[in-house]
Amino acid sequence: MSTALRLALVLITLACIALFLLHPWWFPVPASAQAPALDHGLKTALWLLGGLFIAGQIVLALFLGLKRSNSSSRHWYGNWRLEIGWTAAIAAIFFWFNVSGGGLWSRMTSADVHSGALRVEVTGVQFQWYFRYPGPDGAFGRVDAPKFARPDEGNPLGLDPGDPAGKDDIVSSTLVLPVDHPVELDLRAQDVIHSVFIPAMRLKQDAVPGMDIRTRFTPTQIGNYELVCSQLCGLGHYRMKATVRVVSEEEFKYWLKSQTAGRENPGMK
Amino acid sequence: MQRSLISAHAATPSILRRYVFTTDHKVIGVQYFFLSLAAVLVGSFLSLLMRIQLVWPKVRIPFRGELKPEDYLALLTMHGTLMVFFVLSTVPQNGFGSYFLPLQLGASETSFPRLNMAGFWITLVSFFVLISAFFVPGGASLAGWTQYAPLSALAAAGPGQGMGTDLWLVSIGLFCLGSVMSAVNFIATTLRKRAPGMRLMRMPLTCWAWFVTAILILLAFSLLFVAAVMLLGDRHAGTSFFIPGGLIVSGRPVDHSGGSPLLWQHLFWFFGHPEVYIAVLPAMGVTSHLLSVFARKPVFGYRAMVGASIAIGALGFMVWGHHMFVSGMNPAAGFAFSTLTTAIAVPSAVKTFNWLGTIYGGRIRFATPMLFSAGFVSLFITGGLTGPLLAQPALDAYVHDTYFVVAHFHLIMAMAGLFAVFAATYFWFPKMFGRMMNERLGALHFWITLLGAYATFMPMHLLGLAGHPRRYSALTGVQYVAAMAPLQKFITVAAIITISGQIVFLVNLFWSLRKGPAADANPWHCTTLEWTLPSPTPAAGFGGREPVVTGSAYEYGDHGAVEDFVMQDAAPKTGASAL
Repeated sequence: MSTALRLALVLITLACIALFLLHPWWFPVPASAQAPALDHGLKTALWLLGGLFIAGQIVLALFLGLKRSNSSSRHWYGNWRLEIGWTAAIAAIFFWFNVSGGGLWSRMTSADVHSGALRVEVTGVQFQWYFRYPGPDGAFGRVDAPKFARPDEGNPLGLDPGDPAGKDDIVSSTLVLPVDHPVELDLRAQDVIHSVFIPAMRLKQDAVPGMDIRTRFTPTQIGNYELVCSQLCGLGHYRMKATVRVVSEEEFKYWLKSQTAGRENPGMK
Repeated sequence: MQRSLISAHAATPSILRRYVFTTDHKVIGVQYFFLSLAAVLVGSFLSLLMRIQLVWPKVRIPFRGELKPEDYLALLTMHGTLMVFFVLSTVPQNGFGSYFLPLQLGASETSFPRLNMAGFWITLVSFFVLISAFFVPGGASLAGWTQYAPLSALAAAGPGQGMGTDLWLVSIGLFCLGSVMSAVNFIATTLRKRAPGMRLMRMPLTCWAWFVTAILILLAFSLLFVAAVMLLGDRHAGTSFFIPGGLIVSGRPVDHSGGSPLLWQHLFWFFGHPEVYIAVLPAMGVTSHLLSVFARKPVFGYRAMVGASIAIGALGFMVWGHHMFVSGMNPAAGFAFSTLTTAIAVPSAVKTFNWLGTIYGGRIRFATPMLFSAGFVSLFITGGLTGPLLAQPALDAYVHDTYFVVAHFHLIMAMAGLFAVFAATYFWFPKMFGRMMNERLGALHFWITLLGAYATFMPMHLLGLAGHPRRYSALTGVQYVAAMAPLQKFITVAAIITISGQIVFLVNLFWSLRKGPAADANPWHCTTLEWTLPSPTPAAGFGGREPVVTGSAYEYGDHGAVEDFVMQDAAPKTGASAL
């Protein structure tokens, strides 16, 4: 049984290594400025922890097979030197890893607002995403969802018709962004907690009702990407998604113009 | 002693008093064991339905037809709740603990036998209340075992968010009550009922684990009880603890204002993270104990092990925020929780080193309990090592709420936890039922479960790294998720095989109950006090005899005697003083 168990542990370890090296499914193509750094962090983690995993399983397999024929087990209660040694070693590895990752989090969440960042308000509603742009005046109009929200009349967010700042607001069901331009998302939710997850941008942030949460990123590649909900929000959770369309600066300006032109009422296009 | 003699004399109460409404901690332990067995069977069956619905949505379930998205979410909620509460928080602690904590301490009774009994009956009622949610209009809650508000606070937020969620909250409230009662009993018993000579530092590591876990339960479940009452208040009494203003649900304005959804998350995880250790500390205790028994060596670093258990218990209350890195909590708080979480990885690693130290150079007996204990160590290493990655806010943000996390907690809490439960079952079965379990079936069960656990949960890491969110009831909603269907199918097949393999365990269990070979008093040659009693344990426990403890719990190895172990109550050698 000893041999079988040790062999199984080795085979399991090899299978796990093969799974991760071949990785038939893996990170999506990185498409934001923060993605390469995050991928580097994740891969470093996987190498480091993967190494410890292999070491742990192999040592376990080895120790299960170290037999002392005819002599009885060693009457060994422990060894404080060893104890302190390996505690210090593993603490050093873990804390080094912890501290080395701190900078990345700091950069991802730092509060310094890019002066030129494009602001888009993202609202999660069971089971739909809405993206609101401030329009030419650069200001978002007032929203009072309980009072004005009429999804069937083209005003799902409840823009106040009496607020002039809201007249030119654009509400879209697609998140259109100019490439290489910093974006600041302003996350809200109308009913329950949702979470914006754009895997290609390596971006995830909850949208919590009653809160106004900001998050920033810069898309770096033109293309279409999927935005999904990653916080359980009800029975349509699995299909609560939107498309992120990253386009050139000119195309973005053209899109904005096409959305504003000839509009009288705020609301969905 | 006087009292136990009298009660033994006045014995032969009715069958009902002996086996049903009993204050005998041994029977209560067995009752908890079978309650958890029922819960784990239901919970596993629900996960099978989920896995099948996910990859073959067109399959018609007998009596139910095709499953809808809300069915999937109800299955998911009930699976998680049953497994976390009624299996992992019940059998390792209240099942084996109720039975063996007093016996290992040398006591025939717990400090509060009636509290012990009440704890079980409240837990049983709580179980039926939970299951009944399947049969009410709207079905069971679909908000997951974490019940995030305001999804859980508003009946209009989905089917199952009405009475199904009320029943969930009542069930969990009752469960908290029962657990706290039992925990108080465990703490008092450990502090007051130890036999002469059983100093704290002579206690088996199982007792240490049950003791520390009881303190965790007392603090954590009290808080969850309060949170559940608050949420019920929001639902029915017009309070707004968790519901902010300005909400519209299903097209209707919600008449609440001023609450905070994050408050629920703080309260829930302040319970929820210690809960992870409530599940795994007893499992660690069992593993430490069994590795020593089957390697025929003392536990390596007994004092370090006790220290690590206490450190894990204390730090367990300071890491809850790592569940909330992307919740909207201040990112600066993320740093603090990240560092504290890294800190808790250290005593966990110390335990792993000491387990390896314990088996090093041992004359290992590969009986079924040892196989499962070795499996525990392997799974603990595998599941544990993704912890430091998840403790980093930046990295966690990407894999948070994906299958990567599902893989992590299933390997370390669910699988490792269950391996310890299986090990404990094969190990203590002779003492509990007076018969041995079948070793061949035990080994077969082990192989299916070990390979199945890895085959099921390892590939989930890849799903998570590729961005597959958890709690999706169908793969068809999102393109890149749909592309991962082949791997999901592989996982489903692995899960079906693994769960079907548990039939081997059930057959072994029920066959051995009736037909297993009779066990002698100490079949594994252990040192601890429960093995000084005949098998099965007599109703009176130690009877009038009070054991006197003379040594540590782990005197294995060469002592120059015929046997390679020394019982804890062995007469001291000449010259050595007993106390």
